[in-house]
Amino acid sequence: MGLLDLFRRQPPSAQVAKERLRIIVAQERSARGGPDYLPLLRRELLEVIRKYVNVDPEAVIINLERDQGQEVLELSVALPEKVRGGKTAAAAKA
Amino acid sequence: MTEIIVVTSGKGGVGKTTTSASIACGLASRGKKVAVIDFDIGLRNLDLIMGCERRVVYDFVNVINGECTLKQALIKDKRLDTLFVLAASQTRDKDALSTEGVERVLNELRADGFDYVLCDSPAGIEKGAHLAMYFADRAIVVVNPEVSSVRDSDRILGLLASKTKLAEGGNGRVQEHLLLTRYSPRRVAAGEMMGVDDVKEILGLDVVGVVPESTDVLSASNAGTPVILHEDSDVARAYQDAVARLLGETVPLRFIDEPKRGFFARLFGG
Repeated sequence: MGLLDLFRRQPPSAQVAKERLRIIVAQERSARGGPDYLPLLRRELLEVIRKYVNVDPEAVIINLERDQGQEVLELSVALPEKVRGGKTAAAAKA
Repeated sequence: MTEIIVVTSGKGGVGKTTTSASIACGLASRGKKVAVIDFDIGLRNLDLIMGCERRVVYDFVNVINGECTLKQALIKDKRLDTLFVLAASQTRDKDALSTEGVERVLNELRADGFDYVLCDSPAGIEKGAHLAMYFADRAIVVVNPEVSSVRDSDRILGLLASKTKLAEGGNGRVQEHLLLTRYSPRRVAAGEMMGVDDVKEILGLDVVGVVPESTDVLSASNAGTPVILHEDSDVARAYQDAVARLLGETVPLRFIDEPKRGFFARLFGG
């Protein structure tokens, strides 16, 4: 790193890589060992939601959590900012 | 007691074969009886890295099909008395390997008193990769500090935890180790490359070795000498440390910090 670099510093790319990996790895781990229908379920839910609200494909997050013999399917949808102020989450139990 | 170690990664080109060859040599130079098997059926390469390509007469698939004995197919290393190579077949038949066949060969190596069997996995998650890890007691997951390699190796960790004999039997699990290759301390210091701790944190594995990026790896493969035998190389020292850690010794990590540079070098870059 030279002297000039001090004046035009961007976030280090390694930090960006780590953050992206942290998220994708966590997401893929939670899907692992889960039922095969989860990706399809996610896609169909997304289609239904998009009939009403134009959400980003990445805004739908499905999580399957196992807790003492009970499985909780958590669905979280981040609505676009124009529709409503912040983030809205809906949870469904299965 | 024979220990079966798979060298795997998911992604190709990260250094599985280089690592298999060097770790096998390192264990053998400590007096262990070692066999290293190339599971990359159709794309044999371990023989070149080990420098025994002209001595391959019979291969892994020949042994499985009963076309020769295991003894005939094992190539004895010219440098180390206790090191043997089993080459991959060049057949295009993807089903040439069978679970029973692989198990039979591994059992025979056990009966022959081998201390370690290293299974050099092909890239990907197909049959060859599956069979390379299926009977493993331990796994060395080779990773480059780069997004696609890290993600693919996490995929492999998922398979190690579910699609191996140990995992299926419910009696224990494969012991996993992380080995980082092509590591550049300078780029890590500059924030251009993820560091050991970053990768360790994402994958949640213990680090068995960090191998620095070096031109020595290419010159070693050009010569057909496993790079661990190039004694004046940092890569060789890093692999020797990894071998020591595999054997249970506590060795501090080396070659992970940038060499100190002078004031003017830092001020003006370069």
